[in-house]
Amino acid sequence: MSFLALVETGSTQAGAAGNAVPHTIIGVWILLLAIFIGFELITKVPPTLHTPLMSGANAISGITIVGAIYCASQGHPTMAKIAGFSAVALATTNVVGGFLVTDRMLSMFGKRGKKSAGASNK
Amino acid sequence: MMLNLFLEEGSGISELELGLIEVAYMLSALLFIFGIKRLAGVRTARVGNLYASLGMLVATVATLYLLWGGLSMWVLVGGAAVGTILGGLLALRTPMTSMPELVAFFNGMGGAASVMVSIAQVILFTNALGDGSLGQTMSSQVFKLPSGPIGGAPFAVAVAVSILIGGVTVSGSLIAYGKLSGKINRNRFGIVGSKALNAILALSAIALCWYAGFHTHSGPAILLAHFALTLIAITLGVGLVVPIGGADMPVVISLLNSYSGLAASATGFVLQNNLLIIAGSLVGASGLILTRIMCKAMNRSLVNVLFATFGEESGGSGKDEGYTGVKSTSADEVAQILEGARSMVVVPGYGLAVAQAQHKVRELADLLEARGCDVSYGIHPVAGRMPGHMNVLLAEADVPYEKLFDLDQINGEFKNSDVAIVIGANDVCNPAAYDDPQSPIAGMPVLDVWDAQTVIVIKRSLSAGYAGIKNPLFERDNTLMFFGDGKKALEDLVSEVKDL
Repeated sequence: MSFLALVETGSTQAGAAGNAVPHTIIGVWILLLAIFIGFELITKVPPTLHTPLMSGANAISGITIVGAIYCASQGHPTMAKIAGFSAVALATTNVVGGFLVTDRMLSMFGKRGKKSAGASNK
Repeated sequence: MMLNLFLEEGSGISELELGLIEVAYMLSALLFIFGIKRLAGVRTARVGNLYASLGMLVATVATLYLLWGGLSMWVLVGGAAVGTILGGLLALRTPMTSMPELVAFFNGMGGAASVMVSIAQVILFTNALGDGSLGQTMSSQVFKLPSGPIGGAPFAVAVAVSILIGGVTVSGSLIAYGKLSGKINRNRFGIVGSKALNAILALSAIALCWYAGFHTHSGPAILLAHFALTLIAITLGVGLVVPIGGADMPVVISLLNSYSGLAASATGFVLQNNLLIIAGSLVGASGLILTRIMCKAMNRSLVNVLFATFGEESGGSGKDEGYTGVKSTSADEVAQILEGARSMVVVPGYGLAVAQAQHKVRELADLLEARGCDVSYGIHPVAGRMPGHMNVLLAEADVPYEKLFDLDQINGEFKNSDVAIVIGANDVCNPAAYDDPQSPIAGMPVLDVWDAQTVIVIKRSLSAGYAGIKNPLFERDNTLMFFGDGKKALEDLVSEVKDL
């Protein structure tokens, strides 16, 4: 409740400089909590899966794609559009490539169960 | 995120729609978290990756919906097409042995995207600010644009941090990519004064962060200062990674992985977007943990890996230290030993991957298992070129993951094993780590292969591993050296075992 109120006042206040501060403070809280969740989750990943974990996490860092879309606005000056175009291309490479290659790796871990089952049937 | 701004600007988005977009971002963050949670189990990992990619899709669609009316299609569709084709081709075509390079490359792309987003924001700000007649700096002036508020002290700091971390990530990752793929000298080479140079670069980067955000008054000057910052960050990334040896790359790519996440987080502060902050922090945490694991596996501190003198200290020493009492063996002798073995532990090293011999190992293991021998695999954390790399390579060769054991799990098992077979590995099973306090690898956790009844080492020669030191394992009474190329040696062994 107080959290929402803080966001609300922060963004609607007339004072321009005043509105960025609350978000930054909230942002730092979010950052700390998310890092904590990250530590908790990732310590549970077994070494066998560290490579897919890293490439999967890498794909998640491609969330910058959201920021890249922000830069693709029509009203922007040409230079900003060029930066936006690069950002979209780079972030998409990261996202598409990252998730695909992670899936490719993980599919190899999956197929073994079937194959060894097939082998034991012979 | 300050979505309310979209209302104020009258962009045709209703309050309800804004709420739904906020919910979509929350859903996306949850999908990332549950996705990573599921990556913790071999059976659930693929679904976990699917969850995470779904989270990305939700976030992308929500953002597109939010901005749909005002989007420049050539920027969006053109960029997405380039990225999809490049990313897709690389992901589907790259062989598994080259995974470290690919991950490094994608890391670099992520870092570069963060830099570009921040640069675009700087351009928007300078465009709004104009020629400096207002006497305002980036830290003191806020503009409300349709895409969100820009300016203010936190904005200025976030932009600088995002460019700095992102820039170091881009060039550092590309150098790591070059080293891993052999395009750049893999060795640690000390450029004279490189440490001093890096220190100067780092200090000037910090000074520029302050200057660009808090001290410059005109649009063009602010833009120029941020371009300069970008260049310095990129140079710093090169300066930091070039001196690091190829064998330390597992640490470096883990760390750069973390940086790419932190860069995304910083970009989240620039855009005041919580989803970017959350997703970036998760990745940052992941990279940091993997970095710590890799450092532990090499018994070195991060500072030591990044700045130190490991290669310089021990380089060249021990190459010609004489080995005495080394017993060499042949394929048919090894086959005789394996015939009677009831349990065998395979210890693969990167040499195995280089020789592309993973499939031959599995073939040998299948033959032995058919004869009633229990085969397992002991995998050192730095066996590959990135964390978990060896596991992926063995998975590709259809080795069941239940048979892969890490250091702690397997070390107690060697004494119950008839045979330990070391293929293309050296330093990770060097008893000097325990016995010789003067050794450069003293204290590094290693695989206790010598506890097995018989140790067979398949290796080209007695040459030293990357640590450049003698391995007393080769002289032990129960060690037999089987000299030869890993793949050829295993082929010979497979045909001998077939003939038994």
